[in-house]
Amino acid sequence: MPRALQPLASPVLWVAALFVGLLTGMPALRPIFARAFPGVRPPVFARASFVELWLSHAGLVGVASGAAIVIGVGLAIFVTRPAGRDFRPLVSTLATVGQTFPPAAVLALAVPALGFGPRPTVVALFLYGILPVLENAIAGLEGVSPAVRDAARGMGLSAWQMLRDVELPLALPAILAGMRLSVTIAIGTATIGSTVGALTLGTPIFDGLAGNKLPYVIQGAVLVALFAILTDMIFARLERRLRHPGGGARAHA
Amino acid sequence: MIEIERVSKAYGARPVVDELTLTVPDGALCVLLGPSGCGKSTTLRMINRLEPFDAGVIRVAGEDVRRVPPEALRRRIGYAIQSIGLFPHWRVEDNIATVPRLLGWPRTRVRDRVSELLALLRLDPETYRGKYPHQLSGGEQQRVGVARALAADPELLLMDEPFAAVDPVTRAALQGEILRIQQATKKTMLFVTHDIEEALRLAGVIAIMQGGRLAQWGTPLDILEHPANDFVAGFVGGGEASGLKLLSLHKIADRLRRGETAVGEPISSEASLRDALAAMLARHVDRLPVVDAAGHPLGAITLADLVRAGE
Repeated sequence: MPRALQPLASPVLWVAALFVGLLTGMPALRPIFARAFPGVRPPVFARASFVELWLSHAGLVGVASGAAIVIGVGLAIFVTRPAGRDFRPLVSTLATVGQTFPPAAVLALAVPALGFGPRPTVVALFLYGILPVLENAIAGLEGVSPAVRDAARGMGLSAWQMLRDVELPLALPAILAGMRLSVTIAIGTATIGSTVGALTLGTPIFDGLAGNKLPYVIQGAVLVALFAILTDMIFARLERRLRHPGGGARAHA
Repeated sequence: MIEIERVSKAYGARPVVDELTLTVPDGALCVLLGPSGCGKSTTLRMINRLEPFDAGVIRVAGEDVRRVPPEALRRRIGYAIQSIGLFPHWRVEDNIATVPRLLGWPRTRVRDRVSELLALLRLDPETYRGKYPHQLSGGEQQRVGVARALAADPELLLMDEPFAAVDPVTRAALQGEILRIQQATKKTMLFVTHDIEEALRLAGVIAIMQGGRLAQWGTPLDILEHPANDFVAGFVGGGEASGLKLLSLHKIADRLRRGETAVGEPISSEASLRDALAAMLARHVDRLPVVDAAGHPLGAITLADLVRAGE
C-alpha cells in the first residue's frame, strides 16, 4: 500500500469520522427518520444539539474519570509502599464496594445530598471507576520483578527514584489498561445521569423512552456506543505506542 | 578493605549470621563459600545494607556502614546478582550508566565509560549499546550486569552467585573475565558461591561458612590440604577427590622441566596441572611440550611430575 494511503487504513480514523459526522450532521438525517417514524415530531431530537450533549457528557466523564485515575493510581502507589502496605486490604475492599454498589443506587442516594444536575453523576461515575484503575495499577506495580527491585536498591536508587524510573514505567501498560476500562465503562454509565438532570447523550434515550419516541432512543444510543468504541480504540493505540520497546510487564485487564 | 566484626543477625529466634568476624584485605578476591542457608548471601547483603543486622560492626574502607546513608554507600559499592536484574525498559547503555548518572557524571564521560566497560566485558560497544536486555543471551546479560556493577569504578565489588544460572561454558568464560578484571583493576571483591570448583578457580582467599559462622578462612591450598574440621573436609571434597582439585591449583610452571623437549601440541605454562593431565589422557601420552604465554618453548612436563605435585 502506498505510504500516503496508510492512514486511511486505520479503523480509528473511520470510526472517528462516522462519530463526528453523526454528531454534527444528525439533523440532516431528518427526512430518513421522518419517513421511518411518521408519528414522531420532530423526528430528530431537538431539545439540545448533539454536540452540546456530547460536550457535557465528555465533561462529566472527564472530571469523574480524571479523579478516579488520580486517586486510584495514588492509592495503588501508597499501598505498595512499605508505609502503606497495611492499608492494602482496606483500600481494596472499599474500591470493590464502590464498584459493587450500582451507579443508579448511588445516584438515588446522592440526589438528596447534592441536588439534581451533574454533581450526583460525577460522584457515581467516580466511585464506579476507581476499582479498575486501582486493581490494575497495583498489579502493575507488584509485577515488577524482585530481581529488578533488588538490583535497583543495590545500586543506590532512592525510593523515589525507584518509583519514578523503574516501577511506574514498568507498570505503565497495566495502568493504561485500567484507565481504558474505567473510562469506557464511565462513558456508558454516564447516560443514566440524565435521569437526575445531567445533560448527556443519554438524555435523548430517556426522553425517547418516556415519550415513546423510538428515533430519539436510536440517535442517543448510536452516539454513545460510537463514543465508547472510539475512546477504547484510542486507548488501545496509546497502549501500543507507550509500551516500552523492552517488552516487560503486560497489562492485567 | 571490608571489616566484619562480631556481626549477628537473627530471623526471630533463628540465628542466620552468628558473631561473624571476617576481614577482606584491599585488592583481594575473597570467595564466601558454603551450602545454602549458611548465611553467606545475608552477609554479603549486610555490607551494602540491603539486610539490616542486629549486632556488631561492618566497616568499608574504615568507615562504619551504618554511619553512611544507604544510597550513598551503595553507589560506592558494585553489586551483581544471580538473577541479574537488568532494567527491561532501558537499553544496555542506560543500564550500565545507572550509577554514573545517579552520581551526576557529565554525559560524555558516561558515554565513554559505557564503551570502555562493554569492551572490558568483550561486548562490541557499537553492537550492544542500543540493545534491550531481552535481546541478549543469558551470558551477555550477565556481562552487562557485571559492567553495570563496575560502572562508577566502585572501591568494592559484591557478587552474589552471579554465574549460577548460566551454562558451564559461559560460566567458565565469565569466571575468566572476573579473574582478568581483578588482576587488571586490583579491586576488592567479595564473591558468594556454593560451588567449590568456582571458589577454587577464583579465590585468592576462601571463607567457608557453616550455620552463620566462619568455619575456615585461608587460601584454596590451605583449605584443601588442611581442612579445619570434618564439615570443611566434607564440603570441599576431601580424600581422593581433593587430589584432582589440588592439581587445578598448581600451574605447570611450578613443575616444569626447563630446557627439556617433547613432541606434540604444546601447552601453556600458565595452564593448571589438571589441564596437563587432561591433555595427556586425551592424547595417550605421558609427556607434553610447554610454551610461555607468547608461544616460546620453555621445556616439558611429564606424568610423573603431576603425581609428585598431587601428593
